[in-house]
Amino acid sequence: MLRYSLKRLISLCLSLAVASVVIFAVIEVAPGDPASFMLGVNAQPDTLAALRAELGLDVPKHERYFNWVGGMLTGDFGTSYTYRTPVSDMIADRMWVSLPLALYALTLSTAIAFPAGIYAASRRGKPGDIAVMGATQLGIAVPNFWFAMMLVLIFAINLRLFNAGGFAGWEDGIWTGLHSLTLPAIALALPQAAILARVMRSALLDILGEDFMRTARAKGLSRRQALWRHGVRNALIPVLTIIGLQFSFLLAGAIIIEQVFYLPGLGRLVFQAISSRDLIVVESVVMLLVFAVIIVNFLVDLAYAAVDPRLRSRT
Amino acid sequence: MSLLAITNLSLSVHAAGILKDVSLSIDPGQIVAVTGESGSGKSMTALAVMQLLPNGARTAGSVLLDGKELLDRPEAEMCALRGASIGMVFQEPMTALNPVKTIGDQVMETILIHKAMPKDQAQDRAREVLTRVGLPPDKFPLGRYPHELSGGQRQRVVIAMAIALRPRLLIADEPTTALDVTTQAQILDLLKGLVSEYGMGLLMITHDLAVVAGMADRIVVMRRGEVVETGPTRHLLANMRHPYTRMLFEASSHQVSLPDATGRAPLLALNGVVRDYRLPRTKLFGDPGHHRAVDNVSFTLNRGERLGLVGESGCGKSTLTRAILGLEDVQQGQILLDGQPVFAGHRPNLEVRRKMQVVFQDPFGSFNPRHRVARLITEPFHLLQAPPTGSERQDRIAEMLTAVGLTPEDAGKYIHEFSGGQRQRIAIARALITRPQLILFDEAVSALDVSVRAQILDLLAELCAAYDLTYLFISHDLSVVRTITDRVMVMRAGRIVEQGETEQVFSDPQHPYTRALIAAAPRLPDFGRGAA
Repeated sequence: MLRYSLKRLISLCLSLAVASVVIFAVIEVAPGDPASFMLGVNAQPDTLAALRAELGLDVPKHERYFNWVGGMLTGDFGTSYTYRTPVSDMIADRMWVSLPLALYALTLSTAIAFPAGIYAASRRGKPGDIAVMGATQLGIAVPNFWFAMMLVLIFAINLRLFNAGGFAGWEDGIWTGLHSLTLPAIALALPQAAILARVMRSALLDILGEDFMRTARAKGLSRRQALWRHGVRNALIPVLTIIGLQFSFLLAGAIIIEQVFYLPGLGRLVFQAISSRDLIVVESVVMLLVFAVIIVNFLVDLAYAAVDPRLRSRT
Repeated sequence: MSLLAITNLSLSVHAAGILKDVSLSIDPGQIVAVTGESGSGKSMTALAVMQLLPNGARTAGSVLLDGKELLDRPEAEMCALRGASIGMVFQEPMTALNPVKTIGDQVMETILIHKAMPKDQAQDRAREVLTRVGLPPDKFPLGRYPHELSGGQRQRVVIAMAIALRPRLLIADEPTTALDVTTQAQILDLLKGLVSEYGMGLLMITHDLAVVAGMADRIVVMRRGEVVETGPTRHLLANMRHPYTRMLFEASSHQVSLPDATGRAPLLALNGVVRDYRLPRTKLFGDPGHHRAVDNVSFTLNRGERLGLVGESGCGKSTLTRAILGLEDVQQGQILLDGQPVFAGHRPNLEVRRKMQVVFQDPFGSFNPRHRVARLITEPFHLLQAPPTGSERQDRIAEMLTAVGLTPEDAGKYIHEFSGGQRQRIAIARALITRPQLILFDEAVSALDVSVRAQILDLLAELCAAYDLTYLFISHDLSVVRTITDRVMVMRAGRIVEQGETEQVFSDPQHPYTRALIAAAPRLPDFGRGAA
C-alpha cells in the first residue's frame, strides 16, 4: 500500500510539472500583449516598456516560467494586469466559494445517487427500477441552469426559504454560508447524481451476475445481504472514477450556475479574466484547477487501492 | 429414508422446458454423479435443489431433503438451509470468491450467518475448516486474499465455505473441470474424504465420465433435461442399456486412426529457445528480475508429423505457442520454419508467417460476430501476396467448408448461427484455407462436449489423410493427445522434460513428472469399454 501510494505521488508531481509547462506555453502563444491592452492603443512606447518591466514581461521566456512556478510555490501568483491586486488574494476569495460549493454538490449527488442506484439495481426491471431510471434520464437531459431557475422560483420566490442569489460569506457562521450555497449546490448536484446513479446501477448489475454472488447466495445469504456485503464494494471502482471526474467538473464548470445565483466563484473569475486578457489570472486559475484535478485523481487512486486489494499488491 | 429425494422434477424457464420428470435420490455418505453433455440440465437440477433458479423459473414435482419438501419453502427458510444443511461448490474457482474480501472473512461468513457466536470463536472454526481442506493457517493465514492463491487453493477455500457447518448434503457442480489433472486428483480425494468423514451425501455434477467412474456410487445419465439411465456405478458401466450412455462412453475414449506419418524432412526447428518476462521491480532502482516462461526448449517437427505438447497450466505451453507463431520475440535461441527464422531482426517474418495457421480453444470468442463466414475463413488471405479473387475465391471457400463437414451455403451465415462444434470446424477451415505447412492447435477441442470432440478428432484424422497435415497439438488432455499425435513432448516449468513416440511415452513414461501426470489423469474402467 505504501509503495503504491508513493508511486502515485511521484506520478502526481510529474503530471504537475508537465501541466505547468503546457499551460505556460499555451498562454504565451496566445496573441495580444497585456501591457498594450492595459494602456490602450495610444500608449507611449516608454510607458509601455516601464509597464512591461513592472509586470515582468521583459525577461526571457524560460526565466518568466521559472519566476511564475517559483512564485506559485511560495504563494505568490503575481499581480492582476487589470485589477492591480495580488492574484493570490483574488483566487483565495473565490476559492472559498467554489471549493465548498463543489464539495457540497458532490456530497449531495453521492447521497442521492448511491441509494437510488442500489435500489434500482436490486429491483431490476421492476417498477421501482423503471421509475429511478426514468428520473435519471430526465436529470441527464435537463440542463442544470433550468433546475437552478426552478429552484429559485419554488424555494426563493414562492416559499421564501432561501435567497434567490448572492453569497452571504462565512463571517456569520458556517450555516449562513451553507444556506446561501444550498440552492446552487442542489442545481449542480441533480444532473451529476443522475449520471452517478446510472453508473452505480450498471456497475452493481454487472457484479450481481458474478460467480461469487451466487456463492454468497449458496452460503445462505439473502438477496439483500449478498448485495450489500459482496456487491456494493465491488461496484465502487467505476463509481469512484466518475466521482473523481465530477469533482473536477464541479470545481471549474459551475460558471453558469455561478451566473444564475450571482456567486463570486472561480468560474466567473476566469470568465472575466479571459475577456479582459488578464493572462496572469487565467494562468494561475488554470494551474490551480489542474492541481485540484490531479490531487483528486491521486485521492481516487488511493481510494481504488483501499477498495480493491488486488491493486495494493500489484505495485 | 434417503437424504435427498427428487421425484418427477420438471422445470421451465419463461415457458421453455428445461427439466422433465427428473428423479434421483441420495443416501447419507453416498456419492451420486449426474453426468451428461452441455444443455442436459445437470446444473439446473442442482440449482433447483438449492432453489437458486433464474427469474421466471417454474418447478413441478418434489424435492425432499430429509423428508421435507424444498420446492414450496419460503425464501427465508431456504436461506437458513443453504450453507447450513446444503453446501455447494462451483466450477470456476477463479471467480467463485469475492476478490475484495479475505478468505478468512468469506469462510467465517458461512458460520456467522447461521450461528450466533463471538467473532474469535468463528475465526477458530474457520481455521479448523481451512486446515481440514488442506490450507493450514500457518501457511495460509485468514488474511489472505483470493488473488494470492492458485486455482486449486481457491477451490479448497470454496469447499471450506461449503462444509464449514458440516451440511448433510454437498452439491459439487463441475468442481474440478477448471483444474489441472494433478490438482483435480487432490480435490477429488478431498471430496471423497469429506463424504466418508462427515457422512454427507454428495451430489456431483460432471461431464467427465472418467471422473464419474472413479468417484460415484451411483450414476445418473441425463440428456436434454431427462434422466435416460441410472444405476450403481459398476452395474451401469458394465451393462449400459441406453444408446446415449453407450455413445457418451465411446466418445469419451474415442480413438482415431491417423494415416502413417509421411516424410522425414524437418519443418519446424527450435533451438535453445528462451522466453523471459520482466517482473515488476521490487526495489526502486534494483534489477526488475525475470520470469523464465520457456527455458532452453529445442525440438524438431518433421513434415507430415503430428506432434503433441502436454503440460499443466503455467508450464509455458501458451508462451511457446505464441513464440512459434511469431507473436512475441524470444530472448535466446532460434525458431526456424522451413529453414527461415520466424522472427527476423525483432520483426515477425511475413514470409514464414504465411506458412502457418492456428486454431484456438474458445469457439465462441475467436470470431468477429459481425462478419459472415465467408469473410471469417478468408481472413488468412491477407497474408498472401496474390490472394485468390472472384470465382477462385468462392471455390476455395466452398472447398474448405465441404472439407470440414459444412456446406458451401454456410458461407453467407453469421457465426452465432452455429453450435460450438460447428464453430470449431469453421476455425479449422480458416486455418486450412491458405494450405499452411504447419497448423497449431491450441487446446482446440478442450471446450467441446465429448461427442462433438470425437467428431472433430475424426475430422482431423480425415484431413490428415486428405491434406497431409503437419501440426503441433497443444493440450492438457492426455487421452486426446494420445490418439491424435505421433510424437509427444511433456512440458513442465518451461522445460521439455520428456519427448518420444506417443505410445511409447504413455505406456512407458520415463520422467517422474510424466508418470505423475498419467497416474493423476482419471481413466475409464475397462469393463465399460468391453461392454460397449
